Amino acid sequence: MRYAIQQEGESRSFPTGDAFIAGASDTAEVTIHLGTALVADDAKAAVLVELGTECLGVHTGEAGGEEGSNVLGFARYRNGADAPSQLIELVRQPNSKLEAIEAARAVFEAAGFTVVVCADQAGRIIDRLVRPKYNAALRFLDEGLATANDMDTTCRLGLGYPVGPIERVERGGLAYHYDVTKALFDAYGTPAYAPARRAAVAKKRH
Amino acid sequence: MTSAIETVAVCGAGGTMGAGIAIVAARAGWRTICYDLSMESLENGARQTEAFFAKSVERGKMSAADKEALMARLSRTASLDDLVKADLVIEAVYEDLAVKRQLFGALNIICPAHTVFASNTSTLSITEIAGGSGRDDRVVGLHFCLPAQLMRLIEVSPGLNTSERTLSTAWAWCEKAGQLPVKTQDKPGFILNALLIPFLNDAIRAVEAGVASAADIDTAMKVGLGYKMGPLELIDLVGLDTMVRLCEAFYPVTLDPRAAAPPLLRRMVAAGRLGRKTGRGFFTYDGHAMFGA
Repeated sequence: MRYAIQQEGESRSFPTGDAFIAGASDTAEVTIHLGTALVADDAKAAVLVELGTECLGVHTGEAGGEEGSNVLGFARYRNGADAPSQLIELVRQPNSKLEAIEAARAVFEAAGFTVVVCADQAGRIIDRLVRPKYNAALRFLDEGLATANDMDTTCRLGLGYPVGPIERVERGGLAYHYDVTKALFDAYGTPAYAPARRAAVAKKRH
Repeated sequence: MTSAIETVAVCGAGGTMGAGIAIVAARAGWRTICYDLSMESLENGARQTEAFFAKSVERGKMSAADKEALMARLSRTASLDDLVKADLVIEAVYEDLAVKRQLFGALNIICPAHTVFASNTSTLSITEIAGGSGRDDRVVGLHFCLPAQLMRLIEVSPGLNTSERTLSTAWAWCEKAGQLPVKTQDKPGFILNALLIPFLNDAIRAVEAGVASAADIDTAMKVGLGYKMGPLELIDLVGLDTMVRLCEAFYPVTLDPRAAAPPLLRRMVAAGRLGRKTGRGFFTYDGHAMFGA
């Protein structure tokens, strides 16, 4: 399935030079917005909007839980300054068209990505689950539970993680972690998402 | 300064964790006494041990003669009095403060003064366990990971009254056993479970909140972060009933809402969906194969 890209500014999902950008067509069944304002087009199989920390509903509007069309959100998972992963988090709404989901999946999978589908909730899947863990690890570091190296070693050897939580969050950038957790905290209001002290410090110095 | 260790005793050696710890000790050359309440459970542990080493021989990692020598270092008993010669006792019994305190209290009368008591607790306080031992300066936390005979990591946690000598002895023992010790404070869940249990519960809550399917959540964590196993697959492996027990041990001492057992977890346990061991949890299983839920 062909896809066309409308872009303004740098995309976090597909940085300059990314092969996915080069694979776009001028006219296509699927339109992908990278930083451009959403233009609804019911004639398309799917219209995709690249998301940051915001929900898809910010772009489409919502309708009492009945929202949904051929417009979907997406983000290629990327831990701050790290290179983008091969994972696409595809964001749907309650009444999103199944044909649109399948069209989006086909476009991304043809380009070699793995696609998971998630509801239009803050943090999607990964940030929703891992940011509280990074917050906890940063707090444990402050409280002297263990050294950063020992925490990372424990997670690598005990859980099989390729990278420990402190190394991961620092590699992605503590200021970036602050931005993500601030958005999650604003959305959910639960303490687990409140930016960790070290992230707040980094943000101020950023 | 460390104390010399010649004989190690493992309490709860009939269980999976205890049997694994006994393997670690015997493999490193120590005389190892396996203790449990019944000889039946010890026989079960011995069968696991025999099978593990038989596989090692089959794979060429150990000679048959080495295996026999190693098995000869392991003894089994259901009498606590037989631990009289132990220099290090590692308990891996039921995760209950009263049970562990009672065990160490009894061992305090039986064992020599120099014997170090180590607890494999994953959620309880070392200081509180040591408080009932009569030798709280010689009690230390040694938290192994499952399966202990394959996982090198040991979280080493001194209680408030643990002596430097005890800590040094335990640390040196870990290293000599070929394990990798990391030091943590005596806080609930130490490092591993303090990070893991709330995270696993968050994954369950994400399923419950309709964020994504269990399969997509696990895929996201594996592809996006390079985890070897997704959180829901891991819960299925641990057992959903075990997960409830972990939460029930962990939440009261932390009062962290993320540590409380999610309602979906309790409903699944009530429905008999305990994970791999019942063939169905967040995923369904047929032998070793796994199918997305």
